[in-house]
Amino acid sequence: MTAVLGETWVLARRELTHWRQQPVGVIVNWLFTVMVALMFGGLFGGAIGEDYFDYLMPGMFALAMFFGVEATMTAVSTDAAKGVTDRLRSLPINSASVVLGRCLADLMNSAVGLLVLVGAAAALGWRWHEGLASALVAFGLLLLLRFALLWVGIFLGLLVKGPESVMMVQILVWPVGFLSGVFVDPETMPVWLGTIAQWNPLSATAAASRELFGNPGVVPEQALLLAVLWPLLLTAIFLPLSVRRYRRLGS
Amino acid sequence: MAELAISADGVRKTYRGAEQPALDGFDLHVAAGTVYGLLGPNGAGKTTAVRVFATLMRLDAGHATVAGHDVTTRAAEVRRRMGLVGQYAAVDEILSGRQNLVLFGRLNHLGRARAASRADELLERFGLADAGGKPVAKYSGGMRRRLDLAASLIVSPEVLFVDEPTTGLDPQGRQEVWSALRELVAGGTTILLTTQYLDEADQLADRIAMLWHGRVVSEGTPDELKAAIGDDWIDLAFADEDQARRALPVAAAHADGEPRTERLRISVPVRQRTRALIAISTALAAEGIEPVEVNLRRPTLDEVFLDLHRRQGDKQEVAA
Repeated sequence: MTAVLGETWVLARRELTHWRQQPVGVIVNWLFTVMVALMFGGLFGGAIGEDYFDYLMPGMFALAMFFGVEATMTAVSTDAAKGVTDRLRSLPINSASVVLGRCLADLMNSAVGLLVLVGAAAALGWRWHEGLASALVAFGLLLLLRFALLWVGIFLGLLVKGPESVMMVQILVWPVGFLSGVFVDPETMPVWLGTIAQWNPLSATAAASRELFGNPGVVPEQALLLAVLWPLLLTAIFLPLSVRRYRRLGS
Repeated sequence: MAELAISADGVRKTYRGAEQPALDGFDLHVAAGTVYGLLGPNGAGKTTAVRVFATLMRLDAGHATVAGHDVTTRAAEVRRRMGLVGQYAAVDEILSGRQNLVLFGRLNHLGRARAASRADELLERFGLADAGGKPVAKYSGGMRRRLDLAASLIVSPEVLFVDEPTTGLDPQGRQEVWSALRELVAGGTTILLTTQYLDEADQLADRIAMLWHGRVVSEGTPDELKAAIGDDWIDLAFADEDQARRALPVAAAHADGEPRTERLRISVPVRQRTRALIAISTALAAEGIEPVEVNLRRPTLDEVFLDLHRRQGDKQEVAA
């Protein structure tokens, strides 16, 4: 067990070293969500309504977690394509360490990204109104969503043939992100679109965060429960799929 | 028989969805402390064999051991005792050479200080000390392969698998990797080397197995293989094309097979080397043709391979 923890930390540290070696890429990634927030909050906010920025931010936090899928997928598919995955598999280490190292590193990355976005939002006047405890629960739910999406990223990363296919996911991220309660209330959409958006796991986390932060927006019933259940369901589906995919590398 | 470092008996492996097995009754026995060349064209099953030995891939049937441990039931023991150099330099391109070696040292459960000192030792040994701090993305192909090799030697493995170490390298990179491998050989590591370059196997290996459609079709020392399979060759070179053209039918009359021509050169396969040499020289002199060069030699592995290819083709035709 201690061996697994040690190996996990060594592998997570590898990612931290990547940040140090190529700081620009990581920082641009963190600032990207800030830019999207500014674009939508600043450019559309005036047209949509006065407190749109406060409405938007919890959605943006959820979207930032969702963008993480791409980072995980890129890292996993690059390692597979370059043979690093094979080298790791040939070493006398526990295969759980490889996955846990990836988890830890990506969660840290997303946590810092979230911190940057929250900092920027606060500088522009966004606040939470329900106390620190509530806010921490909201951040916990956001990271829970990120944790669930890790498995989606690992699965997709092992599924695609190389980093080139990540492009496809980079494009798909947008419609999936927009078809949710991130930017606008699904109630305002045509019924069929609104229904899909309502069921988007991002919507549940966005709505629950709005409630916990005390930000404006109509929060559907059970938003909190759904914000816990959706990530658990995603994990229950994609964790075994990822493990199976990883094992199949050997068949 | 000497202690076996690597063994395979009747190994079979078919990829999901593939019609032909990649390994089909694959047998191999490699004595400890030797360099063994696994030679075959693309698709013969070389990489599959290495992946089975390196515990990266499960075999469907048969039995394989590395350093005395079964690859299926004792994979962890095997991993502790072997190193793998894959077809692609499996190193992290964003990290520096040194950071890579420290990373893999830590993953081989060396302490922090030991991993660092081992990294420096290996960088020095593979001529990468100056480049140690640079990101691998800036390395040449040869440097990457040497780093990959270094990463496989962090814990001095008993058995090293080297899969097509020089594929895609320029001649300089090839030389660099060869000299690194020769040093290892001197250190007593058992090496299984796969290659599709015949001179590479000839240069580095004590014994060679030729792999064809997933099974070993021929095995022995490079000289034994050549002796068992091929005739000797007489190479003739001429001053001009006219002489070469006139010499061909003369030489062909004394050949024990189809002569090969390449501009001013003719290569003639012969069974009775001395007798054929005298006969061809005499006949050419009688025609007033004077070769500028005459060589009697054993077949190259390339020729061995072509021969094998041809005979295998014949067999398939007979079967069909």
